Amino acid sequence: MADLGRLADALRQHGGEVREAGPDDVVDGVPATAVARPASAEGVAAVLREATAQGMATVARGAGTALDWGAPPERADLILDTTGLDRLVEHGAGDLVVVAEAGLPVSSLLETVRGAAQELVVDLPPGRLVGGSTVGGLLSTGASGPRRLQRGGVRDLVLGATVVLADGTRASSGGKVVKNVAGYDLAKLLTGAYGTLGIVVRAAFRLHPVRPDRAFVVGSGPLADVAARARDVVASQLAPAAVEIDRPAGSDVAEVAVLLEGTGDAVGQRAGAVAGLVGGRVQDGPPGWWAELPGVSVGGSSRVEPVETGVSTSLTSGGSTGGVPRVEPVETRGVTLAKATATLTGVAALLTAARDAEQRYDVGIALRGTAAGVLHAAVTGTPEATALAVGHLRAAAPSPREGTVTVLRASREVRTAIDAWGPVGGLDLMRAIKRQLDPGRNLAPGRFVGGI
Amino acid sequence: MGVSESGLSGVVAELVGALGVERVITDRQRRRTYECDGLAAYRVIPGVVVLARDADDIAAAVRACARHGVPFVARGSGTGLSGGALPHAEGVLVVMSQMRAIREADVANQRAVVEPGVINLHLTAATSPDGYYFAPDPSSQSVCSIGGNVAENSGGAHCLKYGFTTNHVTGVDLVTPGGELVEIGGKAPDPPGYDLLGALVGSEGTLGIVTAATVRLTRLPQEVRTLLAAFRTMDDAGAATSAIIAAGVVPAAIEMMDALAIEAAEAAVHCGYPAGAGAVLVVELDGPAADVAGEFDDVVRLCEAAGAFEVRVAADDDERALIWKGRKSAFAAVGRISPDYIVQDGVIPRTALPLVLRQIAELGESAGVRVANVFHAGDGNLHPLVLFDGAVEGAVDRAEAVAGGILDLCLEHGGSITGEHGVGADKAKHMPRMFTADDLDTMQAVRCAFDPDGISNPGKVFPTPRLCGERPGRHQGAHPLTESGVAEVF
Repeated sequence: MADLGRLADALRQHGGEVREAGPDDVVDGVPATAVARPASAEGVAAVLREATAQGMATVARGAGTALDWGAPPERADLILDTTGLDRLVEHGAGDLVVVAEAGLPVSSLLETVRGAAQELVVDLPPGRLVGGSTVGGLLSTGASGPRRLQRGGVRDLVLGATVVLADGTRASSGGKVVKNVAGYDLAKLLTGAYGTLGIVVRAAFRLHPVRPDRAFVVGSGPLADVAARARDVVASQLAPAAVEIDRPAGSDVAEVAVLLEGTGDAVGQRAGAVAGLVGGRVQDGPPGWWAELPGVSVGGSSRVEPVETGVSTSLTSGGSTGGVPRVEPVETRGVTLAKATATLTGVAALLTAARDAEQRYDVGIALRGTAAGVLHAAVTGTPEATALAVGHLRAAAPSPREGTVTVLRASREVRTAIDAWGPVGGLDLMRAIKRQLDPGRNLAPGRFVGGI
Repeated sequence: MGVSESGLSGVVAELVGALGVERVITDRQRRRTYECDGLAAYRVIPGVVVLARDADDIAAAVRACARHGVPFVARGSGTGLSGGALPHAEGVLVVMSQMRAIREADVANQRAVVEPGVINLHLTAATSPDGYYFAPDPSSQSVCSIGGNVAENSGGAHCLKYGFTTNHVTGVDLVTPGGELVEIGGKAPDPPGYDLLGALVGSEGTLGIVTAATVRLTRLPQEVRTLLAAFRTMDDAGAATSAIIAAGVVPAAIEMMDALAIEAAEAAVHCGYPAGAGAVLVVELDGPAADVAGEFDDVVRLCEAAGAFEVRVAADDDERALIWKGRKSAFAAVGRISPDYIVQDGVIPRTALPLVLRQIAELGESAGVRVANVFHAGDGNLHPLVLFDGAVEGAVDRAEAVAGGILDLCLEHGGSITGEHGVGADKAKHMPRMFTADDLDTMQAVRCAFDPDGISNPGKVFPTPRLCGERPGRHQGAHPLTESGVAEVF
């Protein structure tokens, strides 16, 4: 049994609190025993050292917007609530760098750096952003959005991180300069690790200047056409900031939306050229589904506020005050969320496979994401049918090197019916890393690939 | 794990049997060819050299090493500047330069699959007819290998905008230090699981040997424009750089040279930089033509406002090449004005540039040592060239003291000890100044996951090896196992 008194003692000199878990302290169906909310990195280290000494399994939680992603943990004795670590440590505007604690909401970070006409180009889904998604959650889930086409995912933007290991060791890697090759890039290793290697307490990111002007080009057509046109834009010299594809469930047509960023006339000229390539129209704002995960209602176009142009707003601008399209997550139970990757040319096969799977297995598959080959699929159907559909999507790629499908959020029944992760290259190395950094499996056991 | 003569001779016997005598070099004179990489201050004749043809050769060599507890080191073109490919006297040097096939240039998917010995610039040459190139471009791109780029996470002048090698690798085939061939990632983005590629790229050969890499191909920009701006002082050039960044422009490159570096470049390649310049900036913009035209005008205006007394715009590819020639030849050119020099590779937050440059100048003056500065101004990656004459007594020590002092300045300002050359053998001793013992122990724990016997490029990156299996913690003095003769420090 957990000794909460000793956990609280561990925190005493560092601030923060420990309490018994309540009915809401559940990780994807797994109830916790206790919740610790430290207020500093030292506090995180002290609590983890004590929890691990007691043999507890610890799961980190930020705002909880993606707490049901990844497999449910085998146990969640302690929830380590990171929201007490909410400082923006440093914004080096002249250096285009920001350093923040793990519990800081991404929307707050965005708001601060927007004051210097800068942004962290992660394009977190508006649903998560509005839900208070934190810097730690952003990293742990390895988020990326539309503009990864040019800027990469969060793993490409993280410059350094400080992590607390299961035994309480605090370790930093990288730094706060853009160019740095000293030592191993552990920040990348922790990105997308779902808190199974350590608990990130602080991270430094590269920022980009907000481009003064933007334009969207939106077109639609049959699946194969849309994929081909999206590819043409990606392969053009028009330097699109994003090329997104959206295929609603049950549809034979898809929409393509291209974002161009730059300065006034130049953006207008490029938008015109893109419109020619995709056969679409130029518009100021994004389509209502922009950057959102599929399977989340965007409330209809009438409720989408227009995104203003100019440096004062950006698509990722935070909270309810910016120019973010208003979205309200709908009931997501029964919807399985998967991440599907493909090569540029493989995107077409993925779209077609989604349509085939629907007809074969009586499921709905909404598919949305970048033409660069990182899409999300929302699958609706019985567990058996969902499992078959995921298998069908996996088969769309000739090999795992050319595309993978991993299930992020699903019911127990779906998880029982299918291997949620699919084939993973280098699994033995991953297990070895886990053994080195968390030999007692005290961090989110069972949550990651291969039962890690 | 201990290393013994019998270990190495056992490996040699196995390798000769498996690969044939012509691929296994034991002759001392021939082994000497490989005694150093681009950092000639460190020289070690390798115990034996293997000329690898394919992944099977590499796996065979590594397996033999693993069986006998013998260290191995991979080497590409040997252009590294930190001794990352420095051989081991009792170990195997695996030479990759015969693995030069571009297996696939999959332009439709913007990917190429290459063998590690492929020369960086050759990939660009092979794909530019189709409108693509390989973006990471270290200054040695005409000779360095892509395997070496992956090992060192190489940068170059254009990584401010386009990122480093780590942003351009989507898959590798790896021979682990246990001799197993593992495929990680591929042409599709975001392979599931831990970001092993993130850990591998830039790990300087300490986690295994990459036998093939899948890399991004980048679309050639529609337009490239380059200018050279001459300033009276470094401060003015620094102010121009800040103004450009503050205006929200992300140039493809912003490079700065000081008067001494300009003097050296002129002596070597007669690049004709403006006379009387205390500093020059090379600024390159690329992208869609309409955007580049507008932003280029802004950059010219900002340079003039910061005090540029001459701005030259390259009218064609030849003029562009001449502007770059001065910059790219600067390191080698320093040999014209000084018998010896140390190239430093520190990084600082860009806004600290004016202050740190002044401090470097003071450091040099007080030690009586000349320092030439050539650097990537956009990302704060300094390459001070510390000049000395090895024939003068005490000159080497003074130069090394200044070079070390420059690194201290970088760390004081929140920077790094290396921006692109790597830690290698050269800077391993500096790692504890940048990282705590816990930081280094954690990195070494990752190393132990890949290389439990510590045989993959030992002696690089980390100041002291950690024996896998031991608990991390403070160690003072010699390691007990080393002292008792049970283990040897590689």
